[in-house]
Amino acid sequence: MKPKNNTGLLRLVYNPTARSIFYQVVIVGLLLWFVLNIVGNVMTNLDQRGISTGFRFLSQPAGFGISQSLIEYDETFTFGRTFFVGLLNTLLISALGIITATILGVFVGISRLSPNWLLRKLSMVYIEILRNIPLLLQIFFWYYVVLQAMPRPRDSISIGEAIFINVRGISMPKPVADSGFGIYVALIVAAIIGVIVLARWANKRMMDTGQQFPTFWASVGILLGTVIIGFFLTGRPLVLDYPELRGLNFRGGMTLLPELLALWFALTIYTSTYIAEIVRSGIESVSHGQTEACRALGLNEGQRLKLVILPQAMRVMIPPMTSQYLNLAKNSSLATAIGYPDLVSVFAGTTLNQTGQAIEIISMTMLVYLTISLSVSAFMNWFNRRMALVER
Amino acid sequence: MTEFTPKPARPAPLSEVGLLGWMRKNLFSNISNSIVTLLGLYIVWQVLSWAISWGLLNADFVGNHRSDCDSGGACWVFISVRWNLFMYGFYPQDSYWRPNLAFILLIGFLIWLSVPRIPFKKVGAILSLTVFPVAAYILLYGGMGLDVVPTHRWGGLMLTLVLALVGIVAAIPIGILLALGRRSTNMPAVRLVCVIFIEFWRGVPLITILFMASVMLPLFFAGGTDADKLMRAMIGIIMFQSAYMAEVVRGGLQALGKGQYEGADALGLSYWQKTNLIILPQALKIMIPGIVNTLISLYKDTSLILIIGLLDVLGMVRQALADPAWLGYPAEGYIFAAFMFWIFCFSMSRYSAYLERRLNTGHKR
Repeated sequence: MKPKNNTGLLRLVYNPTARSIFYQVVIVGLLLWFVLNIVGNVMTNLDQRGISTGFRFLSQPAGFGISQSLIEYDETFTFGRTFFVGLLNTLLISALGIITATILGVFVGISRLSPNWLLRKLSMVYIEILRNIPLLLQIFFWYYVVLQAMPRPRDSISIGEAIFINVRGISMPKPVADSGFGIYVALIVAAIIGVIVLARWANKRMMDTGQQFPTFWASVGILLGTVIIGFFLTGRPLVLDYPELRGLNFRGGMTLLPELLALWFALTIYTSTYIAEIVRSGIESVSHGQTEACRALGLNEGQRLKLVILPQAMRVMIPPMTSQYLNLAKNSSLATAIGYPDLVSVFAGTTLNQTGQAIEIISMTMLVYLTISLSVSAFMNWFNRRMALVER
Repeated sequence: MTEFTPKPARPAPLSEVGLLGWMRKNLFSNISNSIVTLLGLYIVWQVLSWAISWGLLNADFVGNHRSDCDSGGACWVFISVRWNLFMYGFYPQDSYWRPNLAFILLIGFLIWLSVPRIPFKKVGAILSLTVFPVAAYILLYGGMGLDVVPTHRWGGLMLTLVLALVGIVAAIPIGILLALGRRSTNMPAVRLVCVIFIEFWRGVPLITILFMASVMLPLFFAGGTDADKLMRAMIGIIMFQSAYMAEVVRGGLQALGKGQYEGADALGLSYWQKTNLIILPQALKIMIPGIVNTLISLYKDTSLILIIGLLDVLGMVRQALADPAWLGYPAEGYIFAAFMFWIFCFSMSRYSAYLERRLNTGHKR
């Protein structure tokens, strides 16, 4: 068969570059048409319903209270302020959850590899049960079953007459800054900087000479020493404000709301099962030969973990760990189901209902989560590249 | 001179073999281990004895009223009187056979597709993707001579299963297209669109997507049509899930050796021939455990729809708990709902682990 003489238009049809440009133009065009259509529809719909667009509502007074706020807030503040109150509450619960979930997860993950058969099986049962139950259900369970079964404030469970557990949450003493607090903080900051310098020096010395320095215990000593001795040297700059039962509720001190507790417990436990599996697979990914080589070199148990196993396990563990942290932050939005005042509950819930500015509010809320997710993934990519460079 | 008769080897000491030896090695190898074991046994004993006495021995199973729960333990009557609500929501009683039949069909197809020994997998797959959805839709919703049951009467476990299945079935093809788009090298605009789409849906919590679906989506349609609430939630879930699916598919595509792509190119196959005949058949095999894991998380995530007012198992349980005639049984209600979710998720995760072992045919490098 004679090959076709591809000329002109036919040549253009078979040209891969021309084709790909054509497809892209078509797809982008369709997409643009779709978006424009939606925008047009939204405009007409909003017009018909008499809703004005824009962000002016952010400066109007909110007129509703929020049960927990890290910054000053009451009914007279603006809707814009509710955004920040909610955002800070989201960040608070995420930070609390990440810390406790990591501790619990590492513990369970290591237990999963324990030589003790019972501990191994128990942690397996823990993981298999709790990670197959939806987080929302676990939040409800803690909130409606466990915390609602706590006694009334009058019959609180008291720990040392300082911490009171009741159906309205946990009341505990609150440290209040006194004179000399600034100096105390400065001392602690100086101690932290000292520890960092020490760790760098010890690491450099180890790389140069191979000599080990007990960095961990030295750092603990320096920090604890500064915290305790500094406390008395600066004239006790912190006083405790104890909660007191007045009438039907506790006054003074600080109270962890049951909503916060339920969300915190559920997030911690749910995420810890995932972290446990990550820790286990991370440690298992380091081949047994490494352990044997350490023994042959005469490293002790602690050195083996610190210098050989963990640095290699970390490389495997950190990317999935970060995505779990991100999941936790996103899952904290389930707060709205029990009324913990997080971003979604306060802003995309109450504020949306009061103002009716659906488009603006949902977009702002999504943008916050997107910013967190994307910046963390950008950081992760950078971190992965750095870790990969160490590889030989 | 007597002949040397070797003594038979002595058996290993009793403390090293058998149950005793196993216990010494695995439970009481040193002091700290022994303490952990005893503590663990104590906890197990406490939990089990409480659970058995509360949930079984002292519990009430039969009856149809609150007053039948008087023995102090769990009140499972609370569940049994509402069993139908928890399963079907407000679906009309005389039509329960319709969801039942759909469910039996589903189980049939699942067995056909998941048990390796049954032949004609291709026919099964095609039927389950073409005939089954139509049949299930007609059975559940109505039409073709069956009464129409509007979706606001759907609920309970049925709704959970519908959402999870539709979500996963719709998410797989969209996810594959997105992943292929994200990996395309000569169409930067398409890649950009796919990356933005995937990262957007993965970056926001499902709950905000559901909020968006319930308050923003009606504004997107001309004339502000109030599309069906279940439909709107479904669109949100499919978008969310297809972004996650795209990442699973991308993982599968990346796991294939570069040689497969180059080999297909060398044979002169076109892009779609290469993708359909060489890449996807291999990549899908690698992806199956990932897909099942996505299905598990989707199944758990469907519980969020109660926040926008659709009543799945958890939603029905919560509604039952608010019934003034049955106040005070939150533990029973939530434990039942937890079990409903757990049993499905656990069996799926076991199946995924089994697949991972079975599909590990040693092609890994």
